[in-house]
Amino acid sequence: MRLRTLILVFLFVLSTSISTIAQDDGVTITLVTHDSFNMSEEVIEAFQEETGITLDILRAGDAGQVVNQSVLSAGNPLGDVLFGVDNTFLSRALNAEIFIPYESPLLENVSEEFILDEDFNVTPIDYGDVCLNYDVAYFEDNDIPVPESLADLTDEVYSGLLVVENPATSSPGLAFLLATVAEFGEASDDNEYSYLDYWSDLVANDTLIAEDWSTAYFGNFTQGSEDGTYPLVVSYASSPPFTYNEELDMATTESIVAAGTCFRQIEFAGILDGTEHEAEAQQVIDWMLSLEFQEAVPDQMFVFPVHVDAELPELFATYAQIPDEPATLDYATIEENRDQWIQDWLETVLD
Amino acid sequence: MRLSTLLWYGLMLVPLAFLLIFFFYPLTSIFTFSLFDDGRFDLSGFITLATRPLYIETLLRTIWQATLSTIFTIGLALPASYVFTRYQFIGKSLLLSLSTLPFVLPTVVVATAFTALIGPRGLVNEWLMAIFSLEDAPIDLQGTLTIILIVHVFYNYAIALRMITSYWANQSTNIESAAQVLGASGWRLWWSIRLPMLRPAILAASILVFIFTFTSFGVVLILGDLSFITLEVQIFYQARSIFNLPLAAALSLVQIGSMLLMMVLYTWLQRRIATSNLQSSRQTARPPQTSREKIFLAVNLVVMIILLFTPLLALVARSLFQDGAFTLSYYSGLSTLDDGSVLAISPFDATLNSFRVALTATGFALVLGLMTAYLIGGRNRPRWISQVIDPLFMLPLATSAVTLGFGFTIALDEPPLDLRASWWIIPIAHTLVAIPFVVRSVLPAIRAIPHNIQEASSVLGASPLRQWWLIELPLISRGLIVGATFAFTISMGEFGASLFVVRGDSATMPLVIYRLLGEPGLNNYGQALAMSSLLMLVCAVSFIAIERIRSAGIGEF
Repeated sequence: MRLRTLILVFLFVLSTSISTIAQDDGVTITLVTHDSFNMSEEVIEAFQEETGITLDILRAGDAGQVVNQSVLSAGNPLGDVLFGVDNTFLSRALNAEIFIPYESPLLENVSEEFILDEDFNVTPIDYGDVCLNYDVAYFEDNDIPVPESLADLTDEVYSGLLVVENPATSSPGLAFLLATVAEFGEASDDNEYSYLDYWSDLVANDTLIAEDWSTAYFGNFTQGSEDGTYPLVVSYASSPPFTYNEELDMATTESIVAAGTCFRQIEFAGILDGTEHEAEAQQVIDWMLSLEFQEAVPDQMFVFPVHVDAELPELFATYAQIPDEPATLDYATIEENRDQWIQDWLETVLD
Repeated sequence: MRLSTLLWYGLMLVPLAFLLIFFFYPLTSIFTFSLFDDGRFDLSGFITLATRPLYIETLLRTIWQATLSTIFTIGLALPASYVFTRYQFIGKSLLLSLSTLPFVLPTVVVATAFTALIGPRGLVNEWLMAIFSLEDAPIDLQGTLTIILIVHVFYNYAIALRMITSYWANQSTNIESAAQVLGASGWRLWWSIRLPMLRPAILAASILVFIFTFTSFGVVLILGDLSFITLEVQIFYQARSIFNLPLAAALSLVQIGSMLLMMVLYTWLQRRIATSNLQSSRQTARPPQTSREKIFLAVNLVVMIILLFTPLLALVARSLFQDGAFTLSYYSGLSTLDDGSVLAISPFDATLNSFRVALTATGFALVLGLMTAYLIGGRNRPRWISQVIDPLFMLPLATSAVTLGFGFTIALDEPPLDLRASWWIIPIAHTLVAIPFVVRSVLPAIRAIPHNIQEASSVLGASPLRQWWLIELPLISRGLIVGATFAFTISMGEFGASLFVVRGDSATMPLVIYRLLGEPGLNNYGQALAMSSLLMLVCAVSFIAIERIRSAGIGEF
């Protein structure tokens, strides 16, 4: 009977699934990170050869999930080093005291503005700006001026042109919400036009709120796919290089980098409390600040290195703009208010 | 008590132990962690729930949406089940197998497919605008309840179709013939004969569809606007985005509680045990003869094909055309994904990884699900067993993935069960969700096995094992195959794909799709669609293989 074959197949699969774990003599450092982490084989092998440390990379969902995972397993961590907590979630991690402080000597190559935690629980590794991206051809063909401030977006000219992400589910969505809070201020009796008033106007101006970045960019943005109908999208300052068109010899999208329209996300790494290999974990942090790692960051993760001397790849240097004056908010203020802001935002846009 | 009886009960306890360790232990851990602060019970979550109308409204809207989705799904699938049971036509078993395809696709991909088809710049709108020379797109369903219902039917149609068909195929036509002789026809026949006869299968399918749409997550988030969020989405917001664990726990308990109420209702409706009218499906199916029959067949097939396959084809088409020209570049691009970065993985390896997880989960789910089904539906079981045990095994379906994920993180963190970063955690999570499908598919068949068959075989000297292998297994094989198909599909699909810890080289197909969609650029988008098409292809081939094993290995009764 063929059913027996079926049962045998299952047993076989089960047995192959019990894979043997290779034992290594050297120390293995487990790096807990998010799905967007990436690094070239070359850079990692060089590090492993140089130090004798084996790197084991664990990916635990998106950036928020990585922090949640680590907070839930505080004291008994999944790994030795965490990479990928950003300034919008930093306080959640710091409050849970999941890190062992380490001040890397290589921080001398990093500008002061990136060092947010003065106790060095975390080390800045890279940064990226969440900015509005626009479809260059659309604005030219329709003779519409490119918006120059967040306030412009409530103008009738931009009615039905903008797609943003839901801050409750999306990291760029949250960053954009924070930019609007920084620009218009919190809701209070003294504030005549708070970020919530602004959002009411945005929604009234037919702004689409998409679930996440993929849906907004690939589903709704005119340059993301053939199906999109919105020429303005909340994305990253590093997205335009990907829309480089060889025939036109230019990127079909650009970022808006006007003052206060972008929000800067800084990503940090930290040594997880509970590790048995603190010294080796420190070597991993140093490696992330090394020039080799830093210069590979743009191509691998589409963000900018914090190392002052790191050179950018050509496409990046040409088409990815860095805003001079991104919107900023103190990370402790963010942690204190983030949930309330999201909750109030939700109720505002639902109205 | 004889040894074999003891052994029998011991075996039955295996699925319970599995559920206890991998479901109730993590779940109670996360609830305790969330709701107890230094030993004191934290009521804040419940207070928020009770005092903010927002959450009550969410609950009511969720129930309303799930009810509508269930009604439409069953309403469309029931006549199709009739067609598949009674008529013999070319491509029947293939079509039945492929109907499960939608189930495997990540919601973000399905949303893309529907946008490509009926979005403002989708194919249908383009045609309509061209034909009627319209300025604006005539169909605009973005963010409406209609599109949510359509996609819910798209996803869940196969559950109803396959569960009802597999049950119906083994039901005798004698009663129906008798009724016809006595003059019953048309609606009367449906109302008085067919529906009561099919009640176990219809109810089983309904409860699954209801739970699935009640806990709908991606569909509601991506296609609906914010006013359609379900409890599941709220739990996600509170747990994951806001990290308000007391409120998330309170919401989870409300969701699980509503589900238990549904199950009580279900058990009550199901209390009358199915009548046994088993016979071979070869006798029940025949080619359509009158033109009325042919039209009925054609209408049902056309509805099914439009509903299930045009979105899938739109997706495949998008992966094959770039700027209107045919190209395979997205597919060939997939093989160059291995660009020297450490986490790159070839589509072949991703497929293998997916297969390993899915086959393991299917194996677990079949064995444990079958044991559970016998535990619940075996002969001479006290009624309380089915009333208590049955809902317990349905609970994983009603538990939000994020709650379960948090539970695993907290509970399974000490040796010998430090499974947080283990490969096993994913097939185990999939098994939890797949068991209810196996149970629901097999249970109606088990209950319908006539007692006299067993008595006859033991009189003739067959041992219980032999009796089971030769008689009962063939009788429940249809249900088992349906259960296996769904278990496999759930595991190949996106369930919890981004929730569990994954080592770089063990990424599965849905994860590769997510990764591609996480980066800008038309190439990544095209490759994500290509990967989705490959996922469908791999599943289609697997479905056909599963079906083959059944028809080759297990004789019709």
